[in-house]
Amino acid sequence: MAIVELAHLTKRFGDLTAVDGVTLDIAEGEFFGLLGPNGAGKTTMLLMLTTLLQPTSGGGSVDGFDLVREPRQVRHAIGIVFQDPSSDDTLTGYENLKLHGMLYHMPPALREQRIREVLALVDLTDRQGSIVKHYSGGMRRRLELARGLMHRPKVLFLDEPTLGLDPQSRDHIWTYVERLVVETRITVVLTTHYMEEADRLCTRLAIIDHGRIVALDSPANLKRVVGGDTVTLGVATPNLAALGALGFVDKIERQAAVTRLTVRDAKSRLPRILAAAGPVDWVEVRPASLEDVFLHFTGREMREAGEEGGWAERSMRYRSATR
Amino acid sequence: MGRTVHALSLRHEIGGIAAVWYREWKVFLREKSRIVASIVNPILWLLVFGGGIGRNVTIPGMDYQAFIFPGILAQAVLFSSIFFGVYIVWDRKIDFLKEVLVAPMSRTSVFLGKVIGGATDSVVQSLILLALGAVLGATGAIPGLHPDASRFAAAVPLLAVTTASLVSVGLIIGALMESPEGFQLVSSFLIFPTFFLSGALFPLDQLPGWLRPLVLVDPLTYSVDALRHALLGRAHFALQLDLALMAGFLAIVLWLGSTAFRHMRI
Repeated sequence: MAIVELAHLTKRFGDLTAVDGVTLDIAEGEFFGLLGPNGAGKTTMLLMLTTLLQPTSGGGSVDGFDLVREPRQVRHAIGIVFQDPSSDDTLTGYENLKLHGMLYHMPPALREQRIREVLALVDLTDRQGSIVKHYSGGMRRRLELARGLMHRPKVLFLDEPTLGLDPQSRDHIWTYVERLVVETRITVVLTTHYMEEADRLCTRLAIIDHGRIVALDSPANLKRVVGGDTVTLGVATPNLAALGALGFVDKIERQAAVTRLTVRDAKSRLPRILAAAGPVDWVEVRPASLEDVFLHFTGREMREAGEEGGWAERSMRYRSATR
Repeated sequence: MGRTVHALSLRHEIGGIAAVWYREWKVFLREKSRIVASIVNPILWLLVFGGGIGRNVTIPGMDYQAFIFPGILAQAVLFSSIFFGVYIVWDRKIDFLKEVLVAPMSRTSVFLGKVIGGATDSVVQSLILLALGAVLGATGAIPGLHPDASRFAAAVPLLAVTTASLVSVGLIIGALMESPEGFQLVSSFLIFPTFFLSGALFPLDQLPGWLRPLVLVDPLTYSVDALRHALLGRAHFALQLDLALMAGFLAIVLWLGSTAFRHMRI
């Protein structure tokens, strides 16, 4: 049974169609990704899925509850980690969680127990008494992750959970997310514009461009569609005939001393390629990436333009302002 | 797997209001500079302005400082209450507001939690000022301000109603403003006329004709007047009129505020 169902979900802001008739089912237990460049409509979709924004037309449901008619039921069924920091930085980590428990009507005993559980899950037990202002960006994200899980939602939404984090913190967050999925078996819907993140975490993903789903499948299947890995050979006189005879080589491009092959499963076939190619000076193997997939389906590179300040930067702005 | 259906319940709404209040209270306790700042200004008004002008102004049968004490209380409440609205702008600038709005409670309850939170802050500040007034009255520093416990106690609910109204006004401005700068501009445009027209600093008996209607439409006028009833035992209007207008104003701004919150862009 699908836990998230969307039918022709559409949102317009004046002339701009941010989300354009999206129809989608997400099954229980999936780790589902919405991958697309900034401005593709991912966050708008998420705001509608979390009842914070009304669709212009179409609709959907979460855990069987209608997004428009039963927002309160939907809110009970979901947890969310927002793109920008959404914890109160004048409160301690513990107080932020207590506040969350109160907002979700948890009886005090249960609340305290859950706070202990989720703090342990994200390794913040030792820092629960510190004011969030003194947390690092990664710690703050972890706290928000813990908070999103505290009321045991059926579906957890993660909106660009690692935006603005340094690579090490990003890797940490991924590890925590992977751990919580194993431990809670929760359904996760992730939006991201990091290919690597989508590839590593998601069991299935939708590539979003201009408010539409342009491709929908598992990362492995999507990569298969674009034809495979790229093997680049530095070879002055390539034996093109022998290379062409290899059944797993789909495409050969030659530019002077560089020959580029598109190969299915390059890793295991590399010895046979090298044997066939002639005297090779150097070799480079690049596995198929979601970047290639995006290019394949949209005809464009994933735009990095318009990447406005991430949540960490806004957080700094907030902190420097006087309250 | 069965769906859990959560009924719309009053108990949940009250729990949500308590949660919002809890956060505001924690923040208030943590920012002691705010408390200090909110006390210093009224003291300057009372002692420096009141002491200086009081030498040269006579209110029949009353010491000038005693006369303006209720007005200064109302002023302190006015400033801190309206200014409280700026926090909603900050909450929205980061995503903290979304965390609250995505919780299973109505926007009206979010608004009411904020009102009660802001009003609590102002009432605490008022209690400090009342205590100070009692000391100044008891020591004879302000003659005519009798440190009578029942009088001072009667002022508290009046201050609570006043701050609830004014916090609502602040939150309405906050809900409409995109930036703290915009909030600052609009609120100071509102705060100063409201203060000066309220009769906090002068009696309402012999006002020039052009001024009187402006004073009468200022909602703070009636709070100041009611506070004079409570603390000094004499005022301009009938107490019943003051109370009716204070309650009416509160009802209007609560309604406007919850409407503003329901339509607030996130």
